[in-house]
Amino acid sequence: MKINKIILSFISAVAILLSTSVVSLAKVVGDKIVLGAAISLTGKYSSNGVHTQNGYNMAVDRINSMGGVKVGGKTYKFEIIYYDDESNPKRAAQLAERLISQDGVEFMLGPYSSGLTKAIAPVTEKYGVPMVEANGASRSLFTKGYKYLFAVLAPANLYLDVAIRTAVELNGGKGVRIAQAFEQDAFSQDVRLGILDAAKETGSEIIIDDKLPKELNDMAATLVKVKQMKPDVLVVSGHTKGALTAIRQIAEMKVDVPMLAMTHCDAAKLSKQHGKNSQYALCASQWHKTLTYKDNFFKDGMTYAADFQKEFGYDPPYQSAESSAALLVFKDAFERANSFDQKKVRDALAATNMQTFYGNIKFAPGGQNVDKPMVLFQVMCDGAGKCENKVVAPLKWASAKLIHPIPKWSDR
Amino acid sequence: MDFMVFQYPMITVQACLDGILLGILFALIAYGMALQWGVMNIINIAQGDLVILGGYIAYFMYLYGIHPAWGVIIAPIIMFFVGVGIYKLVINKVVDRDLFISILATFGISILFMQLMNFAFGADVVLANSGYGTTFLFDSAVVLPNSKIFSAFVSIVFAIGLVIYMKKSKLGRAIRATAQNARAAKILGVDTEKVYAATFGINAALCGVAGALISITFTIHPYMGLPYTIRSFMIVIVAGLGNLPGVALSGMGLGVFEEFADYILGTEFRIGAVFLLLVLILVYRRFKLSRKREYLK
Repeated sequence: MKINKIILSFISAVAILLSTSVVSLAKVVGDKIVLGAAISLTGKYSSNGVHTQNGYNMAVDRINSMGGVKVGGKTYKFEIIYYDDESNPKRAAQLAERLISQDGVEFMLGPYSSGLTKAIAPVTEKYGVPMVEANGASRSLFTKGYKYLFAVLAPANLYLDVAIRTAVELNGGKGVRIAQAFEQDAFSQDVRLGILDAAKETGSEIIIDDKLPKELNDMAATLVKVKQMKPDVLVVSGHTKGALTAIRQIAEMKVDVPMLAMTHCDAAKLSKQHGKNSQYALCASQWHKTLTYKDNFFKDGMTYAADFQKEFGYDPPYQSAESSAALLVFKDAFERANSFDQKKVRDALAATNMQTFYGNIKFAPGGQNVDKPMVLFQVMCDGAGKCENKVVAPLKWASAKLIHPIPKWSDR
Repeated sequence: MDFMVFQYPMITVQACLDGILLGILFALIAYGMALQWGVMNIINIAQGDLVILGGYIAYFMYLYGIHPAWGVIIAPIIMFFVGVGIYKLVINKVVDRDLFISILATFGISILFMQLMNFAFGADVVLANSGYGTTFLFDSAVVLPNSKIFSAFVSIVFAIGLVIYMKKSKLGRAIRATAQNARAAKILGVDTEKVYAATFGINAALCGVAGALISITFTIHPYMGLPYTIRSFMIVIVAGLGNLPGVALSGMGLGVFEEFADYILGTEFRIGAVFLLLVLILVYRRFKLSRKREYLK
């Protein structure tokens, strides 16, 4: 009995100790600015979750080693508390609550994916915690009137807008016939809305409008229709599985279409998994290392890519680049606000107008970044079958000329 | 609703052929499920996850430069031992219990497998390229990827091989005897424990073959197993246990049904249509059974 009591009091003592030590970790302590983030380290988004985390860590190390953040004449260093949200929106919302109310975090970084950002945003909003996110592009995030949400990336509806406009331009300004297939999730449906807008503005016609299921691994039916109807542009968006399935089946069924535009090509490692079959596919991307934006921390895209490669052993996908940019935005806002008052930092964030290696950043009242266009790259292969992604639009950064129309399978 | 599939006869032919080739592959998975269900009275919810695991074996061979078609030989060998392992660890504890317990147990295995695969292989969607070309029929109005033809062919070979094995070999006969009456088989000297382990292993091996074929024709992802479980469950309840021609036919029927649902209702309702069909068949079966009962009264 006595021993039980001793054990019990010991455990409660440890518990109290732990809880106080957690609280003392919080917010701005000593020379540390503590940011919180729920990241998908396990579950279906784990690979992109890790890209996000690597991007955050890379920027934290870089900013800290280059002098940190200067606020009120004192230098602070960044630190991030991570929790694994298991790719689950409910868990992500719980963790946001926990970060804010238990760990006392006053500034947040975003999770991976639009769905999870959507789950967290109401929580950060409720507590007035400024959140800079880098991986939630869904348009609906920016129409809810959130005041504390800032996204460094371009919204989803702009992803393939450029592709349609380019196709129309190449068609002598006349409207084109579009076939499209989109997965039924928030992100892909937003991409679809963007296409609908672009089609309306350019007088283009949508002749096939298919929806793809979550368990997508066969889109032969859509492709048979494409063969029959012969559209000018085929647009596919269904995350990595959509990109992989589309390329595999287009190659197998020898579907000829003058322009093929997709999302998630680099996440799907298209050129590696499919080689020459992926040639000529156009892909929307938030960022590409050959873009010529500059900043003082990472210099430019090529240097960032080389440093990232050295640290993590792989070429940075845009998910990592945009995550690193989020930290640069925070640093800039803290220094301009010259305070850790959440409201002041929020106002400073809203007034952001800067260039990073990732692109220009300036937030609209809804929180989305309006100063960074999407880029389109095309998969191009040399004679030996080595494939590379080359930027073809917008023309300002193009490192190669768009190949249009795509040669027929019989001529390849 | 879109009735394009009926407006162009060539699309109808395409849909039917696609469906049949796909259905043969489904039938192979369903046959494994029927075998296990018939012999051990276990409905294996982890069936689809075993399929995906088989797919990963072929994928890793492909990654290391071996042609993924060899996965059709290697995956079942590895999967056989995985199956026997699962039996020894979990299934032998639930094999004599009621169906509900075994469903729960295999449901648990399914979740475990999903997470383990996600942990070990990552959450990326992957595939293995066979480099097989394409067959054009009817003046290239109908297009069949050779990989689909290859999978249907391999499935048929394995199904026939298994039927012969079941008829001729000692173990096959022991399995059939156990399925008919486990107690009687035991009395006559059949080691039912061994038979159960072998049955589970054979089922896992069939899943391995199917998985390797799926990695060649479609894509593989740790969380993509469930649709395969549902499809095979459905094929088995339509065909009935121990009815191999029935399994093959209902497999092809399901394949064609899916393709047509895809064209008519849209790809997004493809799996939904399978679920709906499942409900309808269950309701119909119950209705038929209750009528039979009334006669008996």
